[in-house]
Amino acid sequence: MNWMYILPEIIIAASALAIIIADLISRKPVIITTIAIVGIAASLIAACTSTVTFEPVFDGMLFIDGWSRLLKVLLLVVAGSVVIASTDYHARLKHSWAEFHALVLFSLLGMMLMPSAGNLISAFIAIEITSISFFVMVGMLKTPLSSEASLKMMLTGGIAAAVMLYGMAFIFGSTGSTSLAEIALSSQPDFSSGLLLGALLLLAGLLFEAGAVPFHMWLPDAYEGAPTPVTMYLSAGSKLAGIAVIARVFSMGLNNPGGLGADWGMAVAVISALTMTLGNVLALQQSNIKRLLAYSGIVHTGYMLIAVATIGLGGQVSGDEKLFFYMASFALAEIAVFTAVIVITRQIGSDRIEDLAGLARRSPLLFAIMSIGIFSLMGLPLTAGFMAKLFIFTSAVDNGLLWLMIIAVLNTVISAYYYLRIIRVMWLGKPSDGSALSLPKAPGLISIFSALGILLLGIAPYLLLKLAENIIFIP
Amino acid sequence: MGILSITIFLPAAGALLLSVLPGKNARIPRAVALAVTFLTLVLSCVLFASYDRSLGGFQFVDALSWIPAINSSYHVGLDGLSLSLVTLTSLLAVIAVLASRHITSQPKAFFAWLLLLQSCIIGVFSSLDLLLFFIFWELEVVPLYFLISTWGSNRKERSAIKYVLYTLFGSAFMLAGIVALYFTTGTFSLPELYNTDFAMLANGIPLAAMFFLLLAGFAVKLPIFPFHTWLPDTYSDAPTAGSIMLAGALSKMGGYGIARICLGLFPDTAASFSSLFMGLAVVNIIYGGAIALRQKEIKRIIAYSSFSHMGFVLLGIFSLNEIGLTGAALQMVSHGLIIGLLFAGAAILVKRTGTSRIDEMGGLARQMPVLCGLVFVAAIGAMGVPSSSGFVAEVSVYLGAFSASAEAAKIITIISLVGILLAASYMLNMVMKVFFGPVRESFASLPDIGSVEKLYLGVLATGIFTVGLYPQLITTVLKPAIKGLAVLWGG
Repeated sequence: MNWMYILPEIIIAASALAIIIADLISRKPVIITTIAIVGIAASLIAACTSTVTFEPVFDGMLFIDGWSRLLKVLLLVVAGSVVIASTDYHARLKHSWAEFHALVLFSLLGMMLMPSAGNLISAFIAIEITSISFFVMVGMLKTPLSSEASLKMMLTGGIAAAVMLYGMAFIFGSTGSTSLAEIALSSQPDFSSGLLLGALLLLAGLLFEAGAVPFHMWLPDAYEGAPTPVTMYLSAGSKLAGIAVIARVFSMGLNNPGGLGADWGMAVAVISALTMTLGNVLALQQSNIKRLLAYSGIVHTGYMLIAVATIGLGGQVSGDEKLFFYMASFALAEIAVFTAVIVITRQIGSDRIEDLAGLARRSPLLFAIMSIGIFSLMGLPLTAGFMAKLFIFTSAVDNGLLWLMIIAVLNTVISAYYYLRIIRVMWLGKPSDGSALSLPKAPGLISIFSALGILLLGIAPYLLLKLAENIIFIP
Repeated sequence: MGILSITIFLPAAGALLLSVLPGKNARIPRAVALAVTFLTLVLSCVLFASYDRSLGGFQFVDALSWIPAINSSYHVGLDGLSLSLVTLTSLLAVIAVLASRHITSQPKAFFAWLLLLQSCIIGVFSSLDLLLFFIFWELEVVPLYFLISTWGSNRKERSAIKYVLYTLFGSAFMLAGIVALYFTTGTFSLPELYNTDFAMLANGIPLAAMFFLLLAGFAVKLPIFPFHTWLPDTYSDAPTAGSIMLAGALSKMGGYGIARICLGLFPDTAASFSSLFMGLAVVNIIYGGAIALRQKEIKRIIAYSSFSHMGFVLLGIFSLNEIGLTGAALQMVSHGLIIGLLFAGAAILVKRTGTSRIDEMGGLARQMPVLCGLVFVAAIGAMGVPSSSGFVAEVSVYLGAFSASAEAAKIITIISLVGILLAASYMLNMVMKVFFGPVRESFASLPDIGSVEKLYLGVLATGIFTVGLYPQLITTVLKPAIKGLAVLWGG
């Protein structure tokens, strides 16, 4: 029966509802957290044990294949980490603890559906489930900064949704269908310029979610104003889901051999170059760690878009194992860094970079975790980030994007400047208060695990790359 | 796992040990570091002695499949060229540890970074897989960043970040080159690449583009004019051990990379640009020497002299003949010994006198005759006086360059002879100002160097004469490797 194919999503939706109900009965935070973790764990088991290789569900509204299964597992891991890391944020979120967890799960449901979308309508619904949940979560602190961030995100998000729908209308008008499979069929061997226009408008709307230039304006404010666990979730979760849905919709529906892929592929390549360059230039000036990570996230969106561009230029009709590797390594680095940031900022009461001074002495372990995460974002060898960049660069050159690769490698040098600034402050800075910082057990565990994961994937990237390749390409 | 892999990773293992070592005693980390570097030196000497000179080629090879998806493997091995540089690095690491006896703040971290640096450098010289090569190459900036920014002097943080950004800038292009090369040939393996005829592969990326992309990384590291502006700040602000490793071992990575990768893989491209690079080499030699002459601070004089001497390496390499390449390789080893001795000696002088300006020193020969003698040996080497290692190296380079087939090679060589004059001027000027002249009251009670300093400076001085009087020690090892390279241009 069809329902079994979306068992992981069903479990998440049920857990979210269970949290809302449990909140009526008992207000103990530990119960809420437990339900969330158990739900995510159960869903993770269901997603990992699923062996579906290529299955249209609900008349093709959803398509469960290797790509969507991989992304589901990754997003579940990210959401689980966010829930665990947020235990350290309880003091500031306790008034809406249950709502926060329910929204984490609802947005997770949307994100899990995004890479499974088989139809423009289901893609749109999945994106909106995610976005609306995030509008609320970002504003959850109810401080002026937080509310402003939420409003800003909602207004720009609304425009993005409108643009996206406009694009979908063009696509429907040109092909007579919203199903990705049928769009692919009807655009062969030739396609109309209306389809191309629709594709580019759809792309613009989707790039909002991923946070690419020039649709990135909401991102730094949202990152700074949001509760830090939500920032972490935006960065390691919704960004990846946004890119995954671009890869899904465009590879499956708009990648006919007639040349449509080459058109949007080149557009994505240009946007990718702009995104990483502008993101880097803006990151250089930041003094707030969350804002800095926001811009660094924009830069990484740029790198991931290289892989998306190669999907278009290479005429690939499914996701890409190298893109997945990049997403996984980026998620690991963001989990490690953000968890450490949550723990540190709670104790020092500030999220300015200069207040991280002397972290190396105040907590060598937190310093090590932060360093590994930052080095991975920087793309230093022996970290997953290096291998991820290398894989993406090789496939860029493979698809004739040598120019883009050179822009990308130069951008890694620029980014080294601000990443090293954080390291310098943590290592050399004189702390205003020399007391030791503690690392609570639960967040400590996930940040240590992700740091070890970064090193493992940096030394033996083949483990994950091969696995992803097998799942995506071998039915 | 063979002896070479052990040599590469032993210092890194030592660093790991240091990072988990409990206690705050400054002596224990130093002792551990000394033991590890000494053991590595012994292993390197074993490698050096057991290398089969009649067989040549890459020996002590370890190969393990690593990332099959992109056909990359953990592949290490040594030939004469890399072997002599590995041995030099191991020797300099011991000296660097011995020269860091005064490090009291965070000694564990200091020696751990130093050991990690050594692993990276040896790894660069031993890698036969370009990806592995790049990883070691890029990783080396981390220990150096921490070493310079934490234990350096003056504007140490600025110098550290300057060094890192320059290096990353160069290596970014290098990575682009390596990826382009991989795309062209489908492999990262150097031995395989040597057997590939690039002219047969047409894919749209011109060979010259790959040549220059790869060269960018090496040009920053060597450095080649005009990519040298990081050098004076970094060399003079780094802690002594850092300066020794930077000038002694790291700059050799540039020369080594050019010879091994740019020349080995693109002989025709190298030949068509050899005049350009010989010209740049002369700029290195003369411009570096002229600036060294104008410097007031002892570490800056040495830094610019190093820049100038690297010009000889470049000149020898782009002679593209056996004698020139041998000269370049000899110059790399010789310069490593000389610059190690100069930086170690200068550090002692700066620490004892409390000033780094040579015109504020003076008459120190009276108080420190032994140090004076040893620094003078290094100066002799830097000037290229016969019987020193500098002499054999520079003469070979000149002979090679003079007989090079590049346009204007003879004129370039003749102009570069001015370099010897400049070296003599700035070195003698430095020795005169520091050690001779009127004795200063304030320095009257300075003691001479202790026995440990005598030992490690003495070892380097002995090395300078040994290579100078018996260059066969190195040239016999170099011969098969250099011959294999020189044959690319018909001899």
